[in-house]
Amino acid sequence: MSDITNGIIQAIDLIVTLNPEVMQIAALSLYISLTATTLAAIVAIPAGALIYFNTFYGKRAVIILIQTLYSVPTVVVGLILYLLISRSGPFGFLGLLFTSQGMILGQMVLIIPIMMGLVISALSGIDRGISDTLISLGATQFQKIIEIVKEARFAILSAVVLGFGRAIAEVGVAMMIGGNIRDHTRVLTTAITLETGMGKFGFSIALGIILLVIALIVVVILNLITSALSSDLQQIAGGGPHG
Amino acid sequence: MIRIEKLTRAFGAKEALRDVTLEIRRGEIFTLIGPSGSGKSTLIRLIDLLDSPSSGKIFFDGTDTAGPKKDRLVIRRRMSMVFQKPAVLNTSVAENVAFGLKFRGVPATEAEKKVKFALHLVGLSDLYSRRAITLSGGEMQRVALARAMVTEPEVLLLDEPTANLDPVSSEMIEDLIVRINKRFGTTIVMSTHDMLQGQRLADRIGVIMDGSLVQVGSAPEIFYQPKGRQIARFVGIDAITGGRVIENTGGHALIRVGETCFEALTDIPKGKRVSLCIRPEDVTLTPSDSVSEKTSMRNRIVGRIQKILPSGPFVRIAVDCGFPLVALITRRSCTDLGLSLGSMVIAGVKATAIHVLQEDGDRNAAG
Repeated sequence: MSDITNGIIQAIDLIVTLNPEVMQIAALSLYISLTATTLAAIVAIPAGALIYFNTFYGKRAVIILIQTLYSVPTVVVGLILYLLISRSGPFGFLGLLFTSQGMILGQMVLIIPIMMGLVISALSGIDRGISDTLISLGATQFQKIIEIVKEARFAILSAVVLGFGRAIAEVGVAMMIGGNIRDHTRVLTTAITLETGMGKFGFSIALGIILLVIALIVVVILNLITSALSSDLQQIAGGGPHG
Repeated sequence: MIRIEKLTRAFGAKEALRDVTLEIRRGEIFTLIGPSGSGKSTLIRLIDLLDSPSSGKIFFDGTDTAGPKKDRLVIRRRMSMVFQKPAVLNTSVAENVAFGLKFRGVPATEAEKKVKFALHLVGLSDLYSRRAITLSGGEMQRVALARAMVTEPEVLLLDEPTANLDPVSSEMIEDLIVRINKRFGTTIVMSTHDMLQGQRLADRIGVIMDGSLVQVGSAPEIFYQPKGRQIARFVGIDAITGGRVIENTGGHALIRVGETCFEALTDIPKGKRVSLCIRPEDVTLTPSDSVSEKTSMRNRIVGRIQKILPSGPFVRIAVDCGFPLVALITRRSCTDLGLSLGSMVIAGVKATAIHVLQEDGDRNAAG
């Protein structure tokens, strides 16, 4: 019991005094996961749109594969990437192992499927009538895609936010690819693992609180987005003010 | 303006449209009528180049539309379409109306002027900056019409534009369609399953049944001289079948149906089997015990009232004359004449009000 109370007191102290090490770990976590999320979005949004807007043989299978990868264990991604980028692996020459760049790459691999899948379902959620309407108004194929992606903007944004949530909370890739090196690749999740093992509960709890606050911010953003969406839906359901 | 030649569109094994040949003239309002699922939307979508035919050709202003994508886009941009269910994008009304201009690269200041004019045209200037998804169905359809007209199309295609609207909004849209046609000379092709709407608006009407274009003509032609029993039924006539021409003197024919003889005008020769199309509103009823008045009615048939169906300010009365004959009279005359179920009446039909159709089996025999 005293571990917990002492830990919490110590954690609050570390946060309030802006302990340099705690802040450095939190900042690195945010940097890595935000970068991974941004890069993943740059890949996943066009890729999802490409799959959605084209008909090709095996499209259904591709979508099923993407959905399966939603739940790929982080340690499996870590393992495969480790084998690929370790010194003896085919991409060993890139020197990515135990670097933040390697971690960014790993988190991208981890969240691209979920983002792509959610982008595809966001686009499927747009009424087919919109597509016909845009074409009949003289849109080129490209202009049509841009407008439909814009129309699905809220749902696509929540796909991105969800991807970020998965990236910042994962521990497998960070540990196996990053290696938890102090000041270099130590992030919130790996630090919590390590410090807990060493019995430094206060430090762990402080990091845990920060992680939860970040999660809270993510959820609040998601809620703001969905409430913006659903108020639109309510207006449609109610037939609008003129109803 | 638009020439359609032997157009067929199949979806799998099902032919949604079969061998349609049709010419739509510049500046006319052409309506396609037919039951739901008969292929009207398929035809309109093909004209707007949203879909490609399985076989056959569409010429736009003399140009074959089956060219490369780029050429099809150029042709498509000379048309506009309004759909049955208006799809608005989640932006302001003005931005929704501006889409066609944006796609064509029209500069913003010019676009703004055109958008304002288009919204003024449909009477929605007040809603300029409103979010489009908050509009009512009727308003959305008017926005869709403004959006279609803002690019000044040569051809405006409308796919059942009033099917989901209340009567007041429908009337407003109909009114706008006619005004657009008169003011800008826009060629209008509209589909509807409401035959009366087709009649109200159209210069010419095409009837589509089960994927085939079965008759093209003016409203009176379609409504008084349907080319077949199916069309007759769709335009509100239950044809009397099983007649035979027993005499024909210079187009003045005597036709026997069961025990009754009709006088009618037709060129179909003696001996042929025929059906008779009589519009219910052309049938008069008088109680059978009333003193026979002088009348120009050549055909007076005695029958018993079988069914009385109210239909707005009118009533449809089915009379059993050995064959069913339907009369449409006002509710007031029904009361005044004291008509009720089972009462005997004399049904009168002018010879000129009967449209005679040769029956299919006999037409082939006649060659």
